[in-house]
Amino acid sequence: MAIFSVYVVNKAGGLIYQLDHYAPRADTEKTFSFPLDLVLRPHDERVVVAFGQRDGIRVGHAVLAINGAEVNGRFTADGKDVLEFLSNPANYPVSIRFGRHRLSSNEKLMLASMFHSLFAIGSQLSPEVGSSGIEMLETDTFKLHCFQTLTGIKFVVLADPRQAGIDSLLHKIYEIYSDFALKNPFYSLEMPIRCELFDQNLKLALEVAEKAGPFGPGS
Amino acid sequence: NSELFTLTYGALVTQLCKDYENDEDVNKQLDKMGYNIGVRLIEDFLARSNVGRCHDFRETADVISKIAFKMYLGITPSITNWSPGGDEFSLILENNPLVDFVELPDNHSSLIYSNLLCGVLRGALEMVQMAVDVKFVQDTLKGDSVTEIRMKFIRRIEDNLPAGEE
Repeated sequence: MAIFSVYVVNKAGGLIYQLDHYAPRADTEKTFSFPLDLVLRPHDERVVVAFGQRDGIRVGHAVLAINGAEVNGRFTADGKDVLEFLSNPANYPVSIRFGRHRLSSNEKLMLASMFHSLFAIGSQLSPEVGSSGIEMLETDTFKLHCFQTLTGIKFVVLADPRQAGIDSLLHKIYEIYSDFALKNPFYSLEMPIRCELFDQNLKLALEVAEKAGPFGPGS
Repeated sequence: NSELFTLTYGALVTQLCKDYENDEDVNKQLDKMGYNIGVRLIEDFLARSNVGRCHDFRETADVISKIAFKMYLGITPSITNWSPGGDEFSLILENNPLVDFVELPDNHSSLIYSNLLCGVLRGALEMVQMAVDVKFVQDTLKGDSVTEIRMKFIRRIEDNLPAGEE
């Protein structure tokens, strides 16, 4: 699973399509008895592990479910505050599932808009005239590749740093967009893409690119 | 095989004539429909032809006639009649696949049968930040010897420029 996500951003910087293509990280579910040997604290809208790591539970993991029922932010499924619930010995033994919090769609929207602005900064910082915006962003766990078309739409792919052939993948995604999104008369420009065929063909293209591995699809 | 295409376009125009009863309105509708096609077609064109941005109206003219028309209609119109300022030119179409087998009747003398093409060109160029005016000045359906489309560059569209183009 070397290609992690695909984002499509419209001209105004709004996210119009998003696909996560990685296998969900293993969540860890364990049964605990009082007292809890992990230190938990609230963070944004979640309860995360602040200190204490064992058996696959890492610092930064969020509480995803208690006794099988998914938590709702900082509250359990039946509305009780998670931290209060877990500080009451009467509720033990309890089974808690921890895992890495996945980005919510609102967070993705915000990040896409931010990237749209940063992309523009890339071309403004350039000492040369007519430079493109940010084409690649590299971290130790992934590389973000961005392709902006002449009409202002951006295709962003997050992939494994060793994955090659992303340039041709970005062009392929552009072709798939021009076929299955634009040629669908019921799809309005600049709006979120909700076309089955676009999804299916995109997933196929991602699989082809991944199979080609670190050497690229021969292009 | 373009028979189905010619028939479909013909059915479209005749239905519009029935719906709107007056040629001017039909021309407007064809232009609007063409515009909607153009704004979508441009992405397909850019995705498949890998053409870079044109920085000059002459380049644009070349790309339109040699690559775009060839790709979508299978014809290569010639480019003539450049204005002195380089902001207007004509596309001369020897044959127009849309009007194979078509004859305009007398009661539709002001109908611009292929007006869809004007809308397509206008919509497509608007998406790459060029505002243009496109119109037919000669039409074989009206008795002229060739079909001539006049394209005029109005201005560069500066709002909402993609980052990196200034």
